[in-house]
Amino acid sequence: MADVALRKVVKRYDDVEAVRGIDLDIADHEFIVLVGPSGCGKSTTLRMIAGLEDISDGDIMIGGDIVNDVPPKDRDIAMVFQNYALYPHMTVAENMSFGLRLKHYPKAEIKARVTEAARLLDITDLIDRKPKQLSGGQRQRVAMGRAIVRNPKVFLFDEPLSNLDAKLRVQMRIEIKKVHQKVRTTTVYVTHDQVEAMTLADRVVVMNKGRIEQIGTPNELYHRPATRFVAGFIGSPAMNFLPCRLEDVGGTLQIRLTDRIAFALPPARAARYNSLPRTDKLLLGLRPEHLTEAHAHLGPGVETFDTVLDVTEPMGMETLVYFVLEGTPVCGRVDPNAGAKDGAPMRLAMDLNNMHLLNEATGVVL
Amino acid sequence: MADVALQPDSVGAAQPVRKRSGLKKALKRKSTAAFLMTLPLIILIALLVLYPAFYSLHLATLNKSMQRFVGLGNFEFLFKRDTFWLVVKQSCIFAITAVLFKALIGFIVAHFVHNIPAKGQRKWRGMLLVPWVIPPAMSTLAWLWLFDPSYSAFNYTLSFFGIGPIPWTGDADWARFSVILVNVWYGAPFFMIMYLASLKSVPEQLYEAAAIDGANWWQRIWYVTLPMMRNIIAITTLFSLIVTFANFDIVRILTAGGPLDHTHIFATWAFRIGIEGSDIPLGASVSLFMVPILAVAAIFILRDVNKRGNES
Repeated sequence: MADVALRKVVKRYDDVEAVRGIDLDIADHEFIVLVGPSGCGKSTTLRMIAGLEDISDGDIMIGGDIVNDVPPKDRDIAMVFQNYALYPHMTVAENMSFGLRLKHYPKAEIKARVTEAARLLDITDLIDRKPKQLSGGQRQRVAMGRAIVRNPKVFLFDEPLSNLDAKLRVQMRIEIKKVHQKVRTTTVYVTHDQVEAMTLADRVVVMNKGRIEQIGTPNELYHRPATRFVAGFIGSPAMNFLPCRLEDVGGTLQIRLTDRIAFALPPARAARYNSLPRTDKLLLGLRPEHLTEAHAHLGPGVETFDTVLDVTEPMGMETLVYFVLEGTPVCGRVDPNAGAKDGAPMRLAMDLNNMHLLNEATGVVL
Repeated sequence: MADVALQPDSVGAAQPVRKRSGLKKALKRKSTAAFLMTLPLIILIALLVLYPAFYSLHLATLNKSMQRFVGLGNFEFLFKRDTFWLVVKQSCIFAITAVLFKALIGFIVAHFVHNIPAKGQRKWRGMLLVPWVIPPAMSTLAWLWLFDPSYSAFNYTLSFFGIGPIPWTGDADWARFSVILVNVWYGAPFFMIMYLASLKSVPEQLYEAAAIDGANWWQRIWYVTLPMMRNIIAITTLFSLIVTFANFDIVRILTAGGPLDHTHIFATWAFRIGIEGSDIPLGASVSLFMVPILAVAAIFILRDVNKRGNES
């Protein structure tokens, strides 16, 4: 097991820069998830760590050693691929032991390791089957087994759950977490699914356009996003962004959304934003769960407004409501018993204690 | 069976009506329609393949003047002749060596072409296919000219290195080498294109997984490429074995079986005896010998392909 470090790593394809100088330190035993939209460079980064792609510039270190020119087989890593990449002509046991056989491990040790990994992943009964005779979830377990038996320094996962159906994905996500709790190998996991990222990671690395937008624990990313991209990418449904500006009215700081709608900021927020120039074009960032039905007794920092709902989506435990506020589409989350109906008027409450304020031009969260 | 039209049986209907409805039913069946559509091809195959095949079986049982039934007499006669066993040996050497080298060269070239960037690959693929698309009779004539003992390009070139002149088609061993060489030159592109298609269908991630598992270049070929290509290799080998075994034009043009019958294979020797020697029944007997040999090879190879097809 080892730590992994990336220093100013760049990947260029002809004149396209897929990865633009990223720095990343992954601690020993840590579970890191690289997340971002397709084309953001996350898979390329993983493949550079694996040695499957050359790096155009910078350094990659595994266990303190620079591995820029070390071939994949000598990096002591194991990788789980999106489509499993199991050898179709080999049985499960042969697939899992392939790497060890190539390294001429003693037969007894190979058998012991395969048996142990199969037990850990609950695939002992499948050991003599060919990949074709397995379901998607079982294949995924075998692919993980192949990684585990090698006992490598680092596990690399490249969107391993994308080919599974939704239910199995949730199940395998828990399996992966359990396996990591048991083997504690440093893990780099790539996904475009933010739920996977949030549930699995010790720390999440959000990537966009070949750069790292933010690194942090799932909670940090959710509650304290650094940029508009992170704020919009993490969380489902996504955060709402409403154009606004700050103004002083009678000694209190207000945010003005429209000519008709302006709210006084709660004291904590007012203190935080007081130094900002009043002329800047800003965005109010508010997650759907902070836009709820108005109750009779409003807490401090909660403001109400009236709107007409366009569409409602009953989800069972909550109802999502969609409406337009001065030309901006907005999503809120209300209680299923709050009486939200398509096309009906509704009084909603905005919890400004959980608001974010962003600079519209730079996209930075203030 | 969904393809059977359901029609309630009309109880007590008159006999002719029932008959006609039976015919209607038969015509409505998918299997009947399929049979009717393939009928022209079936007739063509029957006329051009089955009839000659059975006719040659019949011919092989007649005497030279085709007047008298001699049973297995022709075969008994063949077994006693040394030339026959020479032809059997040569046919096997010719087919097995040629197929082996065609497969080997095809495999190596396919790998090279596979690794050429996609942009230039089409050009190379096209050029490398040229030997296979030229009618073999034409290209063999060109080879015959290259092999000419006194004025040929080969011997002229070799003379600069102090080698030769080599009797390319005049000496038994060199003549065997020459016919095999031309056959390999002609047939290797077919293997190349089949292997190339097969190589392209091997998922890239299997190689990446193998690279991470610690396989070197050779181990990747041995443990990934070859197992993934086994069916294609088996089928192309069988197909080529049949075609090479039954080869006629290359040997006929290059050596005509000479020197002293030392390059004759079944087809050329059957032609020599049957057409040139005017003993058609004996020629038919010679050519029939290819059937059991190829049938055994086909059974073995196809059984293996079938078995793996069920497995994977």
